[in-house]
Amino acid sequence: MQQLSYFELVGFGPNGWGWALLMATGMTIAVATCGFLAGAVVGTFVAWGKIGGNAPVRWLADGYTTVLRGIPDLLVIYLFYFGGSAALGAIGSLFGAEGFIGVPAFVTGALAIGIVSGAYQAEVFRGAYQVVSRGELEAARSVGMHRWLMFRRIIAPQVLRYAIPGLGNTWQLVLKESALISVTGLVELLRQSQVAAGSTRRPFDFYITAAILYLLITWVSTYLFQRAETYSMRGMRRAS
Amino acid sequence: MDLAFMQEAFLRLIAGVPLTLNLAFTSIAFGAVLAMLLALMRMSSFKVFNWPAQAYVFVFRGTPLLVQIFLIYYGLGQFRPTLQEFGLWGFFREPYWCAVLALTMNTGAYGSEVIRGGLQAVPYNQVEAARACGMSGFLLFRRIIFPIAVRQALPAYGSEIILMVKATSLASVITMMEVTGLAAKMISQTFRAVEVFIVAGVIYLVLNFIITRIIMAIEWWLSPHLRRAPAVEPRLEAAHV
Repeated sequence: MQQLSYFELVGFGPNGWGWALLMATGMTIAVATCGFLAGAVVGTFVAWGKIGGNAPVRWLADGYTTVLRGIPDLLVIYLFYFGGSAALGAIGSLFGAEGFIGVPAFVTGALAIGIVSGAYQAEVFRGAYQVVSRGELEAARSVGMHRWLMFRRIIAPQVLRYAIPGLGNTWQLVLKESALISVTGLVELLRQSQVAAGSTRRPFDFYITAAILYLLITWVSTYLFQRAETYSMRGMRRAS
Repeated sequence: MDLAFMQEAFLRLIAGVPLTLNLAFTSIAFGAVLAMLLALMRMSSFKVFNWPAQAYVFVFRGTPLLVQIFLIYYGLGQFRPTLQEFGLWGFFREPYWCAVLALTMNTGAYGSEVIRGGLQAVPYNQVEAARACGMSGFLLFRRIIFPIAVRQALPAYGSEIILMVKATSLASVITMMEVTGLAAKMISQTFRAVEVFIVAGVIYLVLNFIITRIIMAIEWWLSPHLRRAPAVEPRLEAAHV
């Protein structure tokens, strides 16, 4: 059998893996985005707990960020993958279902990423909140805004503005972390490359392609975050 | 919560700690040298040095570590005959050396940015003062720039070390049985994810706590000028003379 050239191998021809790799890239982006959004929700609540909570809540929130940033992400993914199935199995047996119930790998992955990146995002949000001027909060309260209205109108827009650079860094982390989800069998970019490498015996070609695709996503998202930063700062006067 | 089981898990997982620390410290030691080199290259005004360093950092920070590990361990297997010809196959056949190489190259990229930050933060008047005393070139670097840069970069380098300890867990994917590897094996044997997770998590937290303390101690030792001076009783009688 004749060796396929690199471009035939990763191209879109009859023997090419191009479409599969492209779909897998889409999956990587999808799982990373869902995880990132889940992390934003978790991070918001944890940051709230850190800023406005009473002592036990603050202690819990601090413990959460310390623990999640101190243990390997892979361990968290294993916990969700195996632990989630075990929990579902236990719930299922209550209703009479037998045997092993698998949690969809996408859900496990997005949740695990969300839980880990929530810890990082909480710190980003907390830092950004501290930049919001106290006077604006007092002014909002003085015109009679309630908590939720104040959060929606005054706090959230400003925190988001200051948080964009930090969120960009977290997004890069999340994107790289999504490669770890491949251990659960979700067919994202790295997993698809493994499959292709296994069936063609050309591991280097596929892993280098995966690396290039990851670089491409990183590059585009860095650009987008920069655009977002400039846009969010359009009304601000800056020093220098 | 089954304490007897957790004790058993602890005894099994603690056996992975030496390998975790071994991987982390070997790659940090090599990685620090690489990082220093890359930082100097990036700060050089010659494009021949500057450009490759910039590209290296971009590539290694922009791709997942797991992809780098796979690329080295599985990917290079594609060139086995060539590697055998050069006598390098013995190196790339071993998962341990592949993991060390990948971790070293990765931390080199991240560390170089930290060191570059430290070098750039050296106040220029210090350099001027040193030149005024007649120091230049390597002597200036060794006595003035390097010590100040290290002191400034140490806190950020500390978090890079913690990240590396966490990153060693990825070596478990290429069959290295360090703490995470042992934990994954134990979970798949017993299906008691929560207990094993708690034990492994505690091991990592304790390791990271100890490392943070050591780095804080080094920081304290390196910055005597920031410590409060020992209290000296003022000699009041002198004022009345």
